[in-house]
Parts: sequence; C-alpha cells; structure tokens
Amino acid sequence: MRFGVVVFPGSNCDLDAHHALGAVLGQPVRYVWHRETDLHDLDCVILPGGFSYGDYLRAGAIAARSPVMDAVGRFAEAGGLVIGICNGFQILLEAGLLPGAMQPNADLLFHCEFVHVRVENPATPFTRLCRSGQVLRLAIAHAEGNYYAPPEALQGLEERGGVVFRYCTPEGEVLPEANPNGSVANVAGVINEAGNVLGMMPHPERCAEEVLGSADGRFILESLLAGRTGR
Amino acid sequence: MTVAEIEAAGAWRDLGLPDGEYRAIVSALGRPPNWTELNMFSVLWSEHCAYKHSRRILKTLPTEGPQVLLGPGENAGVVDVGDPRLAVAIRIESHNHPSFVEPYQGAATGVGGILRDVLAAGARPVALLDSLRFGPLDDPRNRYLMGGVVAGIAGYGNCVGVPTVAGEVAFDAAYSLNPLVNVMCVGHLRRDRVARARAAGPGNAVLLVGAFTGRDGIHGASFASEELSEDSDERRPQVQVGDPFMEKKLIEACLELLERGLVVGIQDMGAAGITSSTAETAARAGTGMELDLDQVPLREPGMDATEILLSESQERMLVVVEPDRVPEVRAVCDRWELNAAVIGRVNGDGILRVRHGGRVVAEVPARLLAEGAPAYDPPAAEPAYLKETRRFSPARLPRPAAGDHLRNLQALLASPAIASKAWVYRQYDHMVRTDTALWPGAADAAVLRMKGSDRAIALKVDGNGRYCYLDPVTGGAIAVAEAARNVVAAGARPLAITNCLNFGNPEKPEIMWQFRGVVEGMARACRVLGTPVTGGNVSFYNETAGRAVYPTPVVGMLGVLESLAHRTTMGFKAPGDLVVLLGETRDELGGSEYLRVVHGLVAGEPPALDLDLERRVQGACLEAIRAGLVRSAHDCSDGGLAVALAECCFTASPGARGVHVKLAPGTARDLRPDALLFGESQSRIVLSLDVSDLPALMRVAEGWGVPAQVLGRVQPDRYTFAVTGGRPGRTTQEVLVDVAVAELERGWRDCIPSLMA
Repeated sequence: MRFGVVVFPGSNCDLDAHHALGAVLGQPVRYVWHRETDLHDLDCVILPGGFSYGDYLRAGAIAARSPVMDAVGRFAEAGGLVIGICNGFQILLEAGLLPGAMQPNADLLFHCEFVHVRVENPATPFTRLCRSGQVLRLAIAHAEGNYYAPPEALQGLEERGGVVFRYCTPEGEVLPEANPNGSVANVAGVINEAGNVLGMMPHPERCAEEVLGSADGRFILESLLAGRTGR
Repeated sequence: MTVAEIEAAGAWRDLGLPDGEYRAIVSALGRPPNWTELNMFSVLWSEHCAYKHSRRILKTLPTEGPQVLLGPGENAGVVDVGDPRLAVAIRIESHNHPSFVEPYQGAATGVGGILRDVLAAGARPVALLDSLRFGPLDDPRNRYLMGGVVAGIAGYGNCVGVPTVAGEVAFDAAYSLNPLVNVMCVGHLRRDRVARARAAGPGNAVLLVGAFTGRDGIHGASFASEELSEDSDERRPQVQVGDPFMEKKLIEACLELLERGLVVGIQDMGAAGITSSTAETAARAGTGMELDLDQVPLREPGMDATEILLSESQERMLVVVEPDRVPEVRAVCDRWELNAAVIGRVNGDGILRVRHGGRVVAEVPARLLAEGAPAYDPPAAEPAYLKETRRFSPARLPRPAAGDHLRNLQALLASPAIASKAWVYRQYDHMVRTDTALWPGAADAAVLRMKGSDRAIALKVDGNGRYCYLDPVTGGAIAVAEAARNVVAAGARPLAITNCLNFGNPEKPEIMWQFRGVVEGMARACRVLGTPVTGGNVSFYNETAGRAVYPTPVVGMLGVLESLAHRTTMGFKAPGDLVVLLGETRDELGGSEYLRVVHGLVAGEPPALDLDLERRVQGACLEAIRAGLVRSAHDCSDGGLAVALAECCFTASPGARGVHVKLAPGTARDLRPDALLFGESQSRIVLSLDVSDLPALMRVAEGWGVPAQVLGRVQPDRYTFAVTGGRPGRTTQEVLVDVAVAELERGWRDCIPSLMA
C-alpha cells in the first residue's frame, strides 16, 4: 500500500500522518507537494490536518481550489482511496468530494481533547477491522467541526451508510452531551457514495501509539492494509 | 524635525530618553543625532531592549553548567539533554502590555515572537507553554481579557502547528489592570547546528525574509517600557497583528535555509524591527551594515525612514548570507511563497549606515546602538507594606470548627486559581506533532518524546507572585524549586531554566528592592538545584495608575527523562495503593491560597524553603520513580495537602478516584487542622504505590534523609481525611473531611467554564 500525504503550505499534521504510516506501520509513504498533479504512484492519499492556507476565509476553501485537488479528484474518480482528516475533511467538503458543510463549533471555541466515536459502518475500506458499534477513543482538535447537511441530504447519507463515525459516550451511546461541536446527528465522519473517499474530524494518526494516549486510530489505518491483502 | 528643533523642544524626552542619555549619545557620536537616529536610540535604549535597570543584577544569576550549550545573550538558550544528536532550545518572553490593550492580538503576537526566537537559534519549535495572570473573573473586563488572550494563543499556536503543552493561570486583583502574558517556546536542533545571531563577514548580504513592512507596532518597545495609564487604549495602534500562516511558512523556509547551510547569521525582527536586528547582529560580530531602505518591501506607500526602521510588523526574519548563495535562498523562499529581499550588506567599519531615497539618513556605530545604553544601579528600599503583612500571625485566626473543613476545601477547589483549567487548555492543540506523552492536566509537567532519541523532555512553566510580594527572596527561590519539583514529579531530572521577570516600575526603590530579592532567591535555588539560567526576559513597568503587579518571576523549567517509561502522572491508579507524603508538613499558613480564599488575606510570611531538603526530596522522588516504585506523583502546592490529594483523585484511573487518609497518632503533632490540610509547606510530594513497594520506598527516602510518611490508602470514590489523636493504645479519631469525590469535583470542574460562559 503506497501512501501519499498532501502538504499545503499551512498543513501541520502532515508529519504526524507520515510518521504513523511510515515509522509506526512500516508502509511506504511520501509527501505530495500542493502543486503536484501526478498521483499515479499512490494507492491512498491523505489530506492531513492543519490550516492549509491559514483558513482565514472558510477552513479548506482555498486549498479546495489548489492544483493538487484537481489531481485528488481524478484520483478518487479512478477509485483511489482518499482520507481527509480534520482540515482534510473540510477541504473535501469544500471541493465537493463529500456532501455537507462545516460550521464553527457550537460554542465557538477550539476543542482539543479525546472523544469517543462509534463505528456506524464497518463495511468500508477504512473500517473493515472494526465491529459495527465499536467505540474508538480518538483525538479531536478543531474550531470548525460542526458538520451540517440539510435534512433530505442527511437522510440520504444515513440510508446509504454514509455516516461512518458518530460521537458517542465511552459506553457507545450517541447523546448530545457526547457531541463536542454541535455536529448534526453527532456525525464525526462521512464517506462518499462510491465508498472510497472518507472525511473525518478525529485524528487517527494521533492515536496510533499507546504512548500518545490511545492506539485506537490503528483500527482505521490498518483497515486500509487489511484491504490490500484481501484484494 | 531638524536637529535644531529637536534641541529646542527636548524631543528626546517625548521618546522616553532621559536628558543624561541624550547627552551620552551626543558625546559618543560627536554630534547631535538627527530625528531618525534619535528614534533608533530611543527604542534600542529603552528598558525593554537594553535592560538598563536589570543588567547588573541579572549578572548574579548562575548561567553556566556542562549542560548549557548556548547561554543568555542571543535569541534562545540551548541545552544538552544527553542525546548524541539533538539539543533543546528554550526561551520565554512577556507580552503583557499589548495583551492588556488588545488581548487577542497581543497574546497571538507574543506566541509569534517567541517562536521566532527559538527558530533563530536554529531550532524547530516543538512546544509552547504559557503563564497567564489576570484579575478576578467576577469582573467582566478580566473575563474579556482572559477570553481574548486564550483565544489569541490558541489561534496562533494551533495554526502554526506547535502544540501548547503546559501552562498556568493565576488570578489576583493585583493583575486586574495589568495582566501578565508570558509565553515560552521549546525547540529541537542538531547540537552541531546551533545558529548564531551574528552578522559576520563584511560583504555578506543582509536579507529580510517574510512579511512586508507596515506601520504597525512603531515604538512598541517604548510602550513596553512605561507604565500603563487610562490612556493606554490609545496605544492600540502600537499592538501588532499576527499572521500565523505567514509564520508557518517562515518557520519551514528558515529551517530549510539552515538545513542547507545557507545561513551565516539569523535573528528575529521583534521589538524595534529592522533597527534592533541589524544593530544587534552587527554588534555581536563586531561589524556594521550598509542598509538600503528602498529595498524593504512595504505594505503601504509613503513610509518614511523612521517608520521603516522602527516598524514591528510581525513574521519577519533577518538572515545574513554569503553573496553567491543569495539565489539559493531566493529559491527556497519562492517555494514557500515568501518574500526575500536583500536590504543591505555587512561592512567592516562597525557603522550602521542607512540610506533612503538615495541619501544617508542614519549613520551610527552598531555597537553604540545595541550595547551602549547605560546600566543603572537604581536605589532599592524595603516597601512599607511589609511591616503590615509581616505582623500577621496565623495564631490569631479563628480555629475552624469541625464542619468548616469540608466547606473550606470546597471553596478552595472551586476558586479559579485552583479549579480545573481544562476550559483553557482544551482550546490549545496540545497533541499536534504526536510527541506529547503527558498532556495538560495529566501530570505536574508535560512530557514530550523526541522521535529518534531514547530520551524525552519534561516542561513546566511556573511562577508565583504572592509569595514574592510577601518575601521576594523566599518567593524567588520557591518559584525555581516548585518548577523543578513539578518536573521531578513527572519523572524527569531538572536541567536548566529560562525566566521571565515581571515587575513594576524599576525607578521606584520598593520595586527595585523586590527585584533584587527575587533574583537573589532564584540564583540561590538555581545553584543548589543545578539548573542554570539560559536566558529570559525582564518586563518592568507592569503598573497601571501607580499600582504595581505582584513581583512575579515566571520560571520555565526543562527536564530530561532517560526513558519514557519513567513518565509519571498525578492520578491515583488502583484502590488499596498506599499514599505516601515525601517531605514535611509544618505549621505554615502565611501567603497561602487558604488565607486568601477563605479569609480574604494576603499576609504573613510565605512558607520557608530549605533548599537542601528540597534537593533531597527531589532526589528521593526521582530515584523512586526510576526504580519503578511510584504509581503516581503530585507536588503539594497551592491549597496544600488537602487540595493535592483531591487533584490526585480527580485525575485518577476509574475505580481509584478516592483516598482515605488516616494520620497515625503523633504524626500530625500540634498542627492546627487548617495548617495540616491547607498549609503550603514546601518540598512535599504526594506519591502512591503498591503496598509491596513500601519498604523499598522507605529505604530510598532514608538514603536521601527525607521524611516519608504513609498518609493512607487509595479507595474507590470517597475522600476521607481523618486524624487520630491521643496516645498509642488510647486513641481518638477525628474525621476532618468525608465526602463523595464526585461532589468535590463538581465545583473544581465547573468553576471556570461557568464564569466564562
């Protein structure tokens, strides 16, 4: 499995994703500069967290219009795997590769903390090592993670299993008090219809080693590898 | 303004230069300075830049040790942490005045500035810490200040991708009109690649890399060198605006320039912008510079030479490069979409010669500007208030009744100074870079691994104002000792400090007396604990309307762990574990949070500090941790033993969130119960351990000559504090506190969120 981590000038979780995939999971991984347009050597593209262009406009709005995103669009269309994490999720929404939009957190504050998410759809390339309903302890760090989709769109998303993760209590209950940012229906991560583009606010790459407080992110990263051996 | 007009109007006074200093400039130059030159002197000779009132006293701090690779004098201190390849850079700085007039940008640019200081040492910034002090939160203005400052630190630090891993927040009316915002940055660098802030090599090119130069922040350094007043709101235009996205690109580009060996010298453009960075780097190298201001990329047209020279526009670095490497530098900067302009060259005659519009507008010796300001020995006199505060004796306090203890404990836990700071640190990305192995709220210090090294570092920033107000020497020593103790409790050996000294107006003898005392106490503690000072910052004039803040030294402590396995959290781990106190509880209530919160008093003598005992307690704790005997460790500080134990419960593992203290007969001696519970005796650490490890722990304690006392045991969910009196065989038990931990925790957890809602 060959991974590429996209680097915008203001990306700051690029290094973390590279470390988790390369040093921790031992996978071949390279950085993809935001002006690159050739991704043919890759199996999976990571859009990492950070503040791609400062995010002074809307988070991800400028990055969505950068050269590399045209390439990511074509890569996804051809069936390549794409994960947008945090700012990467925001970019995927702005680029129209995933449905919905991001609003500022309900309390208007940045939240950096461990949260719990429930795996709603284990039948994706990103969750195939998870059980349905499994609770993962993952880190969030964002000011704009309040996901929104209009009611009909949300219903469509729900019906096709497009909601992959939902904020929940440690026991797995999806309750308002377990929602850190006001996201509609506690949505923490969504996947496209074709099932190869995932956006999620929590950071699996920050949770790939016990020393960092959780290794639950490996369920997601290693699901990708399990997919390859099964293919 | 012509020279004649300057002389006629005494214009130097309006720029903050006293008559004597103006005369010194005239005599050194052999002529009166022109308007541009006068402005340059007024900033570089300001207290903020020149340390006129502190320089001589700061020389008494110990700055040397085998671990110090680069000491004070440049941008950041560099410390050997025992890794063959990597060293660690540390620096702290204040941004108090800007944060008062514009809290978001004031704090944000404080973060930006300290990041560039560490970058200028050649280091990649890997962590931020912050020490904040505000007035009481029942005043909406203080809530506004705290909300803005925290958001500003978060907005900048989160965006540049440097985690904010630890800090402190304190509250007192003394900071109402002058909050303290001190920010510390820590970086990694290759030990053979320490960058220097020197403009060496005549003929070398001088580049300005980064943001365009605008009219922001002109005379900011002078603003930092005067008292605040009712009119300080008018100073808002002197507060700079931060652009963390630009900073992120600047960091990456400069690190790439350093990595490629393109840099001869590098310095941040902070206070006094182009003037200070050019004069200081030239002075250190014994060179001068030819500067052409027409080459400086400007944000707006029509800026005159003085404005360009004094602008404090953020996100700019001065880089000195060999002339034939300039194209390579440009290529790197282009890739990062950064401007890089050659604005001059190094010369060999020691003169800073500035041209604008084709003519020379300033021509002064670099060394005179950067190092020529006089050093003063200002008079010091003991402040009158001390007669009053020393007169206080805890013996005159009413002895608390049986039911008071729980109420007092709850009051302390739910006071902003002690309450959970999660509302603050949740707004900071403390995990980015995936090195944070102990995060805010988990332990007494942050612990960061270093990828590619077996070693890890521990970081803590800690200050105290109240103790220093009541006794500067003891308070200054405690500031160092407590920061070291925190690092030890997290499992690290203290190595070195950086410090930020926040005081009032040094021209007042009482302030100078406080300053001398604090530095003396810090120097003693640093010597005994083996933690030299690698640099720092003095912030004077923290006064508004004549009222000074408490004398507040803030210590940034760096420690090293030989193994990540030694990292130690504060929370209890398993029911049945023994709870042991290292150190000794004495009858000390002076200067305590208990006195302040419960009795409304800031009085008495702060707790005594026996530095040799402190050293031994830290040694014993560290040895026990390294021997694997310790399951949790937590310093006893604000609020004393009762509060420390509560914090160990709140942060405990599930099922171990309670404690049952049963002090055996005689061990509490004749202590008043409030002194036992809430006194802040120094050199104490609460440990928990498996019962079977007690004998080994006692041997360690004995080996260091440290008192160690079993307090009780960890229990599932209740907080019980009982004292047994009488004689052996005929004992009576008095339960001082017995309450569900959840009930105690509520006030502690909800205090700040509900005040800030």
